Amino acid sequence: MFFEYKIGGGDFTRAGYASSEIKKIMKQLNLDPKLIRRIAVAMYEAEVNVVAHAYCGIMKVNIEKDKIQITVKDEGPGIADLEKAMTEGYSTASPHVREMGFGAGMGLPNMKKNADKLFIETKEGIGTTVEIICFIS
Amino acid sequence: MSYNSFHHALKILEDVCIGCTHCIKVCPTEALRVKQGVAVLSEDRCVDCGECMRSCPVNAIIVEQDDFSRIFDFKYRVAIVPSVFIGQFPRNIPTREIYSALHELGFTHVFEAEHGTRLLSQEIEKYQAEHPRIKPLISSFCPAVVRLVQVKFPSLVENIILLKAPIDIAALAYRKRLNDEGAPDPEIGLFYITPCAAKIAAVKSPVGERISLINGVINMNFLFNKVYGLIKKSDKVSCPLPEKEQLRDKEMLWSLTHGETGFAGGRSLAIDGIENVIEFLEKLENNSLGIFDFLELRACDQSCAGGILTVSNRFLTTERLINRAQKFLDDGRINNTRNGTVDRYEDSLRENIRIDEVRARSGMKLDEKISNALKKMQKSHEIFNQLPGVDCGVCGAPNCMALAEDIAQGNAKITDCIFITSTDIAQNKLSVREAMEIRENIWGKEKFRNTGTEK
Repeated sequence: MFFEYKIGGGDFTRAGYASSEIKKIMKQLNLDPKLIRRIAVAMYEAEVNVVAHAYCGIMKVNIEKDKIQITVKDEGPGIADLEKAMTEGYSTASPHVREMGFGAGMGLPNMKKNADKLFIETKEGIGTTVEIICFIS
Repeated sequence: MSYNSFHHALKILEDVCIGCTHCIKVCPTEALRVKQGVAVLSEDRCVDCGECMRSCPVNAIIVEQDDFSRIFDFKYRVAIVPSVFIGQFPRNIPTREIYSALHELGFTHVFEAEHGTRLLSQEIEKYQAEHPRIKPLISSFCPAVVRLVQVKFPSLVENIILLKAPIDIAALAYRKRLNDEGAPDPEIGLFYITPCAAKIAAVKSPVGERISLINGVINMNFLFNKVYGLIKKSDKVSCPLPEKEQLRDKEMLWSLTHGETGFAGGRSLAIDGIENVIEFLEKLENNSLGIFDFLELRACDQSCAGGILTVSNRFLTTERLINRAQKFLDDGRINNTRNGTVDRYEDSLRENIRIDEVRARSGMKLDEKISNALKKMQKSHEIFNQLPGVDCGVCGAPNCMALAEDIAQGNAKITDCIFITSTDIAQNKLSVREAMEIRENIWGKEKFRNTGTEK
């Protein structure tokens, strides 16, 4: 099954909407609660990253009986130093974003920790695509 | 016990239910549908929060209680009374008068449900230390919240603190005490005066316990009327009371909002009201709220003071209890000696305070098997796209998505939607008579007989 959601950059009031919808779907599919939790965390981080850093983005979710694949593609500044961004606590979030309680520098590390596979493609000044894959056993 | 059957205290009186849409709309787990003109409850999904009962305009939803006369099956008849019961009464009625009335009604002993809270708070601290990796821990106090987590937030069941609720600790302690005083077990009847339906469900089908420690449950509103009536009409001196232990001030406030967070260590948060709890748990599942150590979650607004079986206004109850606790402090009656019933059996209570694993019930699933669930999901989304998205409830389901899911599961038809049938009639795919029959099937013939005629 395939789902698609638009993510607005800077719109913190809606941050987490797409993740919430997918979470509901995963519960209906009776996926293992631990797996749901992992996907929920990884997916939410990806969604919030778009809200916090990019101009706009799109989340595509493909659910098959053995895996769930989430692709979040944004138009935005891209990640200048991906290696640094993968370290816990490193954040380029603006003070404004931090004030909202985001930007703790756990986004990508949390995605890595919770996804079975994580692919990141980024181009400075153009945008970032994050692909999260989790296997359903 | 079997985890597949769930006792629910909420019952729908079919002959009273007028088949409106109030309850189906407020149910947080979408457990209700209207069929044949009456609301029908899905046992797998219901968490006994009682929101449906609050919303019912004709009191067709009731809470089933044990027959009061059942207390006389026992020689030792113990009323386990939560402090919110005292909070139902005006300030000028002394606690001892309330208890005296309970004795007059037939109880031989009265014991407050919160006597175990001090012991419990120490055990919670110990539990926190033993489980440093589980954050936040969720209190097991509110049975509707425990059930909500099982049904709607299965990935959070491991966060629930596996310790007994105060009422069970109190029950265990008092039974032991009576045993020691020579009362044989079968002669002891412990009855809990409940402010809500969820507590009844918790007694009748406990989560994480093999058997219930309580013999029966009596609804708070029912008993309030009896006790208040007795107090009002009698000017005779209260009957003599056996010496009673006094709750400490903090214990008295345990069941109110912030009652537990005052005890818990670390960063803790208290949330009341089931919608608020759901909103918070949704975010908690994403780890998007930062790190908390302890959550006190209560299904009712103002916690137990707002229970569906309470009589008094919930804000007044809260104020009264705070005042009573304060008065108690002012009087200098604070008793720090450890000679109460719970203290006496402390060691054995601590040994028995753990409960078994709380299992996910995953009540929102479309199918056990993922491949089938995926097919049903695909179908439900296809159907949803044909529906108007008005969420009118005329199909008997709370919203269009719920109808689509019901259809995908074979529990409803697309023609249950009034927009679809109207279109079908306009396109000559359906006769008016056929459309009428569909509507009658959902709402009952009676509804249409009375609609449109002057009363």
